[in-house]
Amino acid sequence: MNGKILETENVTVSFDGFKALNNLNFSMDAGELRVVIGPNGAGKTTFLDVITGKVQPTQGRVLFKGRNVRRLSEEKIALLGIGRKFQTPRVYLNLTVRENLELACNRRKDVFSTLFGRPPASERSTVAGLLETIGLTLKANFPAALLSHGEKQRLEIGMLVAQSPDLLLVDEPVAGLTDEETENIGELLLALAESHSILVIEHDMEFVRQIARKVTVLHEGSVLCEGSIEEVQNDPRVIEVYLGETLATADQ
Amino acid sequence: MTSDSVIEIPGIERRHQRRRLQLIEVGVVALVALILIFLMPAVLPSVRLNQMGRFLALAIAALGIDLIWGYTGLLSLGHGIFFALGGYALAMHLQLAPIETGGLPEFMNLYGVTELPWFWKLFDSFGFAAVAVILIPGLIGAILGYLVFRNRIRGVYFSILTQAATIVFFNFFNGQQKLFNGTNGLTNYKTLLGAVVNAPQTQFVFYTLTVLFLAATYGLCRWLTQGRFGNLLIAIRDDESRVRFTGYNPTGFKVLVFAISAGLAGLAGALFTLQTGIISPKAMDIAFSIEMVIWVAVGGRASLVGAILGALVVNFAKSLLSEQFPEIWLFFQGALFLIVVTVLPDGVVGWMRSQGIERLTSLERPKPVLTYPSLEEDPEVQRERENLGARD
Repeated sequence: MNGKILETENVTVSFDGFKALNNLNFSMDAGELRVVIGPNGAGKTTFLDVITGKVQPTQGRVLFKGRNVRRLSEEKIALLGIGRKFQTPRVYLNLTVRENLELACNRRKDVFSTLFGRPPASERSTVAGLLETIGLTLKANFPAALLSHGEKQRLEIGMLVAQSPDLLLVDEPVAGLTDEETENIGELLLALAESHSILVIEHDMEFVRQIARKVTVLHEGSVLCEGSIEEVQNDPRVIEVYLGETLATADQ
Repeated sequence: MTSDSVIEIPGIERRHQRRRLQLIEVGVVALVALILIFLMPAVLPSVRLNQMGRFLALAIAALGIDLIWGYTGLLSLGHGIFFALGGYALAMHLQLAPIETGGLPEFMNLYGVTELPWFWKLFDSFGFAAVAVILIPGLIGAILGYLVFRNRIRGVYFSILTQAATIVFFNFFNGQQKLFNGTNGLTNYKTLLGAVVNAPQTQFVFYTLTVLFLAATYGLCRWLTQGRFGNLLIAIRDDESRVRFTGYNPTGFKVLVFAISAGLAGLAGALFTLQTGIISPKAMDIAFSIEMVIWVAVGGRASLVGAILGALVVNFAKSLLSEQFPEIWLFFQGALFLIVVTVLPDGVVGWMRSQGIERLTSLERPKPVLTYPSLEEDPEVQRERENLGARD
């Protein structure tokens, strides 16, 4: 297992010749909190798609805990221990907050256990604990449709944790949130990082500064550089890909 | 402070409360069933009672449609197949019941068939036919569903496929004169288990059975749609790929629900056939399959009571209107569908749930002003308000 929770080796994904990911080599250690940044179209979301089995790599392989996840369906990869949060909060709007968490928390996800099994007491207390963690205990019996945007984001992160994955993939968790909510999410992620490996994709540099220990910059489908937030911010190549266009237009 | 206990009712008490509600519901269902069985025959003329029996059978099919469409979000436009298969399964036994073993049904003699086809022989046994009524449609539903859902075919493509399947089955049954009497279908039933099919007492037994099966089906659907399984169906309907990323494989769930829904349509078809005295390929007509969907749409998707009421109301409207103005019914049906789609997207029961009750009560007394409904329901706001009140 060599302590790596996630590795990608020369992963290329091409859509009709366009390479969304180009020879991507990436690895992160178990227990790490990693932030991936990159300009629009750098391949960040495709990167998550490849890890979670939504998209198959054209070349190369993805190893989770040393195991190749190629050809596994999304649900099998999820059961291996990878949880994914989407860019826009995707919770089940017609179910209550508690029911949302209960579905994610269910340990035996085949048809018959879901139909005949009763949720054990341990799962119920897990759900109660999670409600506390994400701060939605008072709204446990509300339909998720009535939650605010920020609350939905927290609920989805809660659902992710309920799956008890080893690796959390979090795609832009603070898009469209107020500053206060952003800080809340940041604290939540930092708390979760104590017991999980987390990979966050983010645009908001303020937020990245709050949570980041190690940052990876993606550009045109491959890793541009990697390091602490200060190193990355002072790297001339990063400045160029992020600011190059604006500088060029400013010159004119 | 009591505010927490108001929101977080202790587990035991909550369970007691749920148990009480369950008992009330069982009581109501039993009461309705008793009224249907004992009161209706005294009130309704026998023609209408027979209609009632048939429409209650259709309501069983509507419950099946509600499971697969209202809860799981798969719009099947081919449930006529399963309905007809159930009807044919029982009708084949009805053809064989009055004649001695090895004899041929009347229509086969007409077409010059000399020996009973092998699969007809199986239906000589009532037990086999009774099981086949549910199992054959269920199995075909499961196979069809597995092939479709495994390949992740959804939405409108699924609907189109079910329609195509309807045409295939229709043409097959329509064309097989020697096997199934083609267009004419199977009719002219005489006896079933020694009882004369058309005798009023036998028909009343069929009516009673229909009521009991409908009650049982309601119970089954209620059980399926509550708890984690029911929640998962709703989750599949609302966001299937999220369900996958949570670690569930939706295929198995969808196949099971589709098969159950097909089996229910089969049961409905058999009970309907008993009370109309005929089953023909007409039941596999696409129009009939779409009609089934309209019943559920009118009553209210994702509401079991709505599906039953929808089937009864639309069908009674159909028979009353077409008796008075035979040419007008189809326009009415079209208008009904348009109204439901544009004005009542959640059907009658859905409308009652969301705003109907409020509207009706506000006819009598002025409506309370809710400026921010979501705020009014927010427990944090309510608690704050209570605490402020206590301080005054």
